[in-house]
Amino acid sequence: MPMIEMNNVSKWYGRFQVLAECSTQVEKGEVIVVCGPSGSGKSTLIKCVNGLEPFQQGEISVNGISVGDPKTDLPKLRARVGMVFQHFELFPHMSITENLAIAQVKVLGRSRDEARERGIKLLDRVGLRAHADKFPGQLSGGQQQRVAIARALAMDPICMLFDEPTSALDPEMINEVLDVMVELAQEGMTMMVVTHEMGFARKVAHRVVFMDQGRIVEDDKKDAFFGSPRSERAQQFLSKILHH
Amino acid sequence: MSTWDWQVFCKDTIDGEIVPRCFGSGGDVTYLDWLLSAWGWTMAVSVLALLVALTLGSLMGILRTTPHRGLVLLGNAWTELFRNIPLLVQIFLWYHVVPALIPFLRGVPSFILVVIGLGLFTSARISEQVRAGIQSLSGGQRMAGLAVGFTLPQTYRHVLLPMAFRIIIPPLTSEAMNIVKNSSVAFAVSISELTLFALQAQEETSRGIEVYLAVTGLYFITAFALNRAMLFVENRVRVPGMIGGGT
Amino acid sequence: MFGALNLDFSFLTLDVISGYVVKGFIFSIQLTLIAMLGGIVLGTLLALMRLSGRPWLVVPAAGYVNTMRSIPLVMVILWFFLLIPLAIGRPLGAEISAIITFTLFEAAYYSEIMRAGIQSVSKGQVAAGYALGMNYRQTMGLIVLPQAFRNMLPVLLTQTIILFQDTSLVYAIGAYDLLKGFEIAGKNFNRPVETYLVAALLYFVICFSLSLLVRRLQQRIAIVR
Repeated sequence: MPMIEMNNVSKWYGRFQVLAECSTQVEKGEVIVVCGPSGSGKSTLIKCVNGLEPFQQGEISVNGISVGDPKTDLPKLRARVGMVFQHFELFPHMSITENLAIAQVKVLGRSRDEARERGIKLLDRVGLRAHADKFPGQLSGGQQQRVAIARALAMDPICMLFDEPTSALDPEMINEVLDVMVELAQEGMTMMVVTHEMGFARKVAHRVVFMDQGRIVEDDKKDAFFGSPRSERAQQFLSKILHH
Repeated sequence: MSTWDWQVFCKDTIDGEIVPRCFGSGGDVTYLDWLLSAWGWTMAVSVLALLVALTLGSLMGILRTTPHRGLVLLGNAWTELFRNIPLLVQIFLWYHVVPALIPFLRGVPSFILVVIGLGLFTSARISEQVRAGIQSLSGGQRMAGLAVGFTLPQTYRHVLLPMAFRIIIPPLTSEAMNIVKNSSVAFAVSISELTLFALQAQEETSRGIEVYLAVTGLYFITAFALNRAMLFVENRVRVPGMIGGGT
Repeated sequence: MFGALNLDFSFLTLDVISGYVVKGFIFSIQLTLIAMLGGIVLGTLLALMRLSGRPWLVVPAAGYVNTMRSIPLVMVILWFFLLIPLAIGRPLGAEISAIITFTLFEAAYYSEIMRAGIQSVSKGQVAAGYALGMNYRQTMGLIVLPQAFRNMLPVLLTQTIILFQDTSLVYAIGAYDLLKGFEIAGKNFNRPVETYLVAALLYFVICFSLSLLVRRLQQRIAIVR
């Protein structure tokens, strides 16, 4: 059973169709990169996977649990799915340690001590142990994003969703975040990553999904996508983006 | 214009005799005693009304930001109702109309009715501040809360409200100072607060300027003290690394 | 819980209304309009004084505005009612006193709004005016104030709605406004409950409709910008 499965998903904002019959799946341990021009719907798609955005047609299931089913306990599902946002979205009024601990305590019911310990271990892993007692406003963008990844990992997720994790970062900080993500991929985490960073895709992605105007236009294994993309749109996109 | 007569405060309210040390004893009341007790009433009305306003106003403000249409409508209706009728008229409604319509409330002291009236009026304004504060937070914060598995109430409790309330401390301070000023309408329903004192003492002693100055001075002091208190609170809850507490 | 709800609105005939209420209504409207116009003019002047950068202008203006905003309106009404007759040497009607009071009081609030409005006009606009050879008065009058006024129009109107509500406080000096008109009618027909309800309803309808108009205006302005 695939970890994430999406079938014919369509979504409208009023009369504007944002997603059109999107279907794909992510197997356990797979890393797929979702890319495409602005407005292609990739951020919306990934937010549908953990139910942050509702969708009108189609089905999405995570680990066999249907996301669209009104009877599904969404908070419980989301506790198992990690998400990292473009603007980090750390909770500014809590210290770093608190940011890592709060959901563990309130959602998973762990003890404060256990939550704190796990948090410190994860901070170590992303190289930010020294900043444990600081507040998000005191950290740089790259540091905040690494903490955000740690916050998601603290919940022991079965898969991780990344929504343009490096798009809001200064160029010099992009690599420190990508390095963490590469490590995560190499350890076998199931990941769905919306990004423009093709270097990352080439390194650790198994498949690449290309979206345009709400549709999934291509869904190839990495080498196939980069080597010989089938659609003209994807070819255009690649030629523009790879000329940095 | 005649000369000042600050001694008026030391006069006994019944026979007009000057009392030594200005404070009455054994049942006699000087104007100074009366002034200070009036100040006490002003503060009592203000503080209690503020509590009512904060509780209900915050609730209504929160409801207006939920994804539930019915709750939003409730919050909006509440706010529009209490902010479009003058405060004095609302006080009259609570004092004259409500006890007549609801016999169950007939025995309630007018002090409580004024607290309710002033509290509800101000709650509409506070609901505006709270709503604006919550909406000023990025939508991403709400999503981040939901994404880690919080339910919507948990997201409000742990993520949205702590920041929203820090953001709105300055306008809330204004509202607190407004409540002190607005408590003056209680004079119209015979609550013995500062403004009623001003009206009555001025009539009795004909020393309007001294009386008004004393009352005005006390309003100043109360507002100033409240302002300082809120500044203290703002500094205590300030989040390190944030200028002004907003994103 | 609602007991004997024997409300009787039948006494509110057209005669009664024109006899008691209309007079008060007219005064409330007059008071609001005069205080609004006078208050905005005086308020703009005060705002300019505060932004002038010259201490001998800034301090009195700031002092005036801060004082007016720190005292309850009822006290200000009482103060003026006491002091003006002393100053001019003869007694003054409650209505005239109210007009003077409200104009001077609201000026403080309008001045804060205009101050924000003037500051919202980008400094580049002022620079452009001077660069064209305009003096202070021209730059302010032709370039800055029109923009400031337009930007702040919704806020100014909202303040006016508040002003209209505040006029009910002339109760303290017995002036004959809308509320007083209803109150007297209620006393004469021994139906205070009904009259206060109607008064509240009337105020609500007026203020709510005006606030909806202001909101519509706000949307229009937002689009044009």
